[in-house]
Amino acid sequence: MRDVAVVSFAQAPSRRRVPEANEVEILMPVVAEAVEKSGVPREKIGFTCSGSCDYLAGQPFAFVWGLEAIAAWPPIRESHVEMDGAWALYEAWVLLQEGEIDAALVYGFGKSSPGSIRDVMAMQLDPYYYAPMWPDAVSLAALQARAMLDGTDHTEREMAEVAARSRRDAKANPHAQVTGDFDVDMILAEDYLVSPLRKSDCAPISDGAAVVVLAADDLARSVSSRPAWIRGIDHRIEPHSLGARDLTTSESTAVAAERAGALDDKLDVVELLAPFTHQELILRDALNLKNGSAINPSGGALAANPVMAAGLIRIGEAAARITDGSADRALAHATSGPCLQQNLVCVLEGE
Amino acid sequence: MSDPMIVTMPIRLEYDYSPGAGRSRFLRGLEQGKILGERCHVCHKVYVGGGSGACPRDGVPTEEVVELPDVGTITTFCVVNVPFAGATVQIPYVSASILLDGADIPLMHLIQEIPAEEVRMGMRVRAEWLPEGERIPSMDTIKYFKPAGEPDAAIDDVLKRMRADA
Repeated sequence: MRDVAVVSFAQAPSRRRVPEANEVEILMPVVAEAVEKSGVPREKIGFTCSGSCDYLAGQPFAFVWGLEAIAAWPPIRESHVEMDGAWALYEAWVLLQEGEIDAALVYGFGKSSPGSIRDVMAMQLDPYYYAPMWPDAVSLAALQARAMLDGTDHTEREMAEVAARSRRDAKANPHAQVTGDFDVDMILAEDYLVSPLRKSDCAPISDGAAVVVLAADDLARSVSSRPAWIRGIDHRIEPHSLGARDLTTSESTAVAAERAGALDDKLDVVELLAPFTHQELILRDALNLKNGSAINPSGGALAANPVMAAGLIRIGEAAARITDGSADRALAHATSGPCLQQNLVCVLEGE
Repeated sequence: MSDPMIVTMPIRLEYDYSPGAGRSRFLRGLEQGKILGERCHVCHKVYVGGGSGACPRDGVPTEEVVELPDVGTITTFCVVNVPFAGATVQIPYVSASILLDGADIPLMHLIQEIPAEEVRMGMRVRAEWLPEGERIPSMDTIKYFKPAGEPDAAIDDVLKRMRADA
């Protein structure tokens, strides 16, 4: 396998609503920052790949606008996934493995504020049986949370502890949106939003963007004193029908983690994309995490959840901790689809 | 064989769209009866027509506002003979790319007040505005473009101006 590393990461501050800027205007300075920080000359970037969802903007081909942020002249080699930017990173990583190019630009962006994101997410369900019932994203997550609470030893208190820890840790994250000291008992005293989920169990609604620059081999070593090497990356999907899955576990995460070699050694940092507190508990079980791993030191999606960028941000946050020397080995996870349907695991290491 | 089954499942989602800084400047201009373009400080091209606020060639914000005349040249066009739901214009009608004087990118609009078969590339056209007081931050504030009553422009020169590497 060819050595490929994250050599640069930048993100926009996540906000509930950014009415003064469109997607391109949010993205543009983040691309410029990531490219500048990477030290990779523009002409060395042989591939650009993005993740976004036209349903967020409510406009067909909205993702094409994104290209205006990245100086696509002379014409560039480009691709797009209608998924989180973490999957765009996967595509770029595969292309880098072929050895034809040495660097790639990856971005994910989205404004969740223009529409009702809970309803918009129903559009990813199958159009015949689920979508016409308009099960919104929070209700589907609540269905999973109920299954977990009734089918495992996990408790609502553990869920509240995840919320409190995430937002406390997010105080150190200048890009986070919901931060502060929340008391577990106060969270448990909140009314249910969709039982058994309380508002504190749910990620905020966010507008935002994130950009990663990948570089291979000698180029990565020449631009970074400590590249965050991708030692393994894998993604797996489960059946579409919710009824065909055991919602209390995440088999796809476990398989992806095994294939990525995640559990072969100690993990200093684990960044999980868990937009609902109970999903972190399910993911932790699936990964069989041992004590000693810092989980979501960035605050995770519970502190900032720009849909279509939040997974790429997990990879970026994990890589940043490798590069700054505070971690030697990290796991980043991204998810897509209802109730953790599809999961990606990326293992990053310093040298 | 039985008839194939057809199921109708209406989907409706509502959005509050925010056009952003660049498009807002353009739309506010229309409200005031002005066509506002924006110059890129890197390539110096002038963009108009409610772009994203970015130079698509250089990936930088286009913040220098340039007021453009409402007169330009047809760079290409098509004659629409197919009615579609919600159409407000009678067929046949002409949709055209119009390069405003001083702009480097064309905008799309209808051509009216001339028979479709007389429309041609290089033809000079002028915006027909809604009357003052009825103007809104929308492209609809320009009803259509109509012949400007000027001699045709040299189309090759006009097309050359639009090239990204010009």
